[in-house]
Amino acid sequence: MISADNLTHCYGARTALDKLSFHAGERQIFGLLGPNGGGKSTLFRILATMMIPTEGRATVAGFDVATQPGEVRRRLGVVFQSQSLDRKLTVAENLTAQGRFYGLHGASLGARIDEILERLRLADRRRDLVETLSGGLARRVEIARALLHQPSVLLLDEPSTGLDPGARHDLIELLDELRRSYPVTILLTTHILEEADRCDRLLLLHRGSRVAEGSPAELKARVGGDVVVLTAGRPDDLRSRIAERFGVRPLVADGHLRVEIPNGHRFIADVIEAFPGEIVSVALHKPTLEDVFLDETGESI
Amino acid sequence: MTRAFWLAAITLWERELIRFWRQKSRVLGFVGMPLLFWLFIGSGFGDLAFFFPGALTMTVMFSAIFSMMSLIEDRREGFLLSVLVSPAPRAAIATGKILGAATLAWLQGVIFLLFLPLTTLRPSPLALAQLVAVLYVIAFTFTALGFLFAWQMDSTQGFHAVMNLVLFPLWMVSGALFTVNSAHGWMQWLMKVNPLTYALAALRRLLEPAPPAGTPEFLFSLVLTALSGVLLWIASAVAAGRRPARSFS
Repeated sequence: MISADNLTHCYGARTALDKLSFHAGERQIFGLLGPNGGGKSTLFRILATMMIPTEGRATVAGFDVATQPGEVRRRLGVVFQSQSLDRKLTVAENLTAQGRFYGLHGASLGARIDEILERLRLADRRRDLVETLSGGLARRVEIARALLHQPSVLLLDEPSTGLDPGARHDLIELLDELRRSYPVTILLTTHILEEADRCDRLLLLHRGSRVAEGSPAELKARVGGDVVVLTAGRPDDLRSRIAERFGVRPLVADGHLRVEIPNGHRFIADVIEAFPGEIVSVALHKPTLEDVFLDETGESI
Repeated sequence: MTRAFWLAAITLWERELIRFWRQKSRVLGFVGMPLLFWLFIGSGFGDLAFFFPGALTMTVMFSAIFSMMSLIEDRREGFLLSVLVSPAPRAAIATGKILGAATLAWLQGVIFLLFLPLTTLRPSPLALAQLVAVLYVIAFTFTALGFLFAWQMDSTQGFHAVMNLVLFPLWMVSGALFTVNSAHGWMQWLMKVNPLTYALAALRRLLEPAPPAGTPEFLFSLVLTALSGVLLWIASAVAAGRRPARSFS
């Protein structure tokens, strides 16, 4: 439902998106994961018909975002990173205005608003001014508003920004429930790992290019076995000695030594034995998306 | 124009009124300054009647321009973004905003008319009705001008600068403070090319039994003001319709 083909965007001399291609299908939650400045926002703006890409092509529900913005907008629901509701209007007034911008009006619009408020458990808030709502509730109203015209594609830019962990969890549950009940494609940008973990498919973006793509499980499977993180006084020195001794290739990231290795628990015993007194602390974890990103780019998210 | 156009435009117009109603303190701010200006200058010169049309023009002008600042707020607060990614016609967005802000400015001009009894001016009921209509035309023209400025800006400070450097000087040489015939040669010429002179003249012609010599004719003034308004409105609709290839918002 969303396709990009060699999508490129430059701001003057700076390339924000570099020949990006991907496809997100129906009822899929497709995540764009990467650090700030990686190109996520640029891609979001292009898909939301806010900018015309420098090169390449992107389609939403089969329509070109650059040349058929009207068709795209009719089928698109957008949730921006920063709040975009009118704070001086009530929840229902915000939805009414939005519905009319999409050509809905009268009784059918009223029924649609009732339905969506009920569905997002906001019915008791319909007369509240938006400025009186908590961040989590306001975000839910934004999603309700984006779904009002029954879009086939929902775009969300960093949807959990400014939400506490509880509200963040609710949000992900809500998106999951949505795509099960509506034939909608959900694309979200994020730099939060727990959110990315709940996507069906992920595209890792770094400096405008694709770093990796796949389901969270597939991506994590690329990292061999366990990840052991060692803290030592002189990490660079220890790195070469560990490499020599164990035939592994440790990475130094943020002053720590990272070793990817099957059967990490055995390695821990061996490495402490081998360099007594040099290792200050040891940690072991199953691979995370952060590890995938580190492996591919040498930088953290 | 299509139904989608009017649905979007009327929605934005209505929103402007609801927001205004919920922030009533704004009314006082708009009427307050011209009112003080009028009372001080008018009392100082001992002629409240002569300065009334100028103060009325200033009320509408200030309200129109400041109401349009909401466009910059809409952009900053994100509301405008959600409208721009919707299929609402861009020309309808410009039209709805202009009609809404113009209605507010007009309303404040009408409120200012309540001070008329403080002067010696006694327009006929017909002239008053015409006055109320002409005030909307003037409000619309100023608001459309405000839209053109505000659409390009992302800070309200810049808007204040335009206001102080362009509109206030124009107001001063519109005939609000001195008449065309009492001015020096080059000033007379400046007053004649100042579009604001004609907005003011239309009001003077309706309010005063004997407007100062040199005041432009009513119909000519009204048509000129209305025509400027229509041109500014079209320019606003065109400006709103442009989709940038590089950045946006």
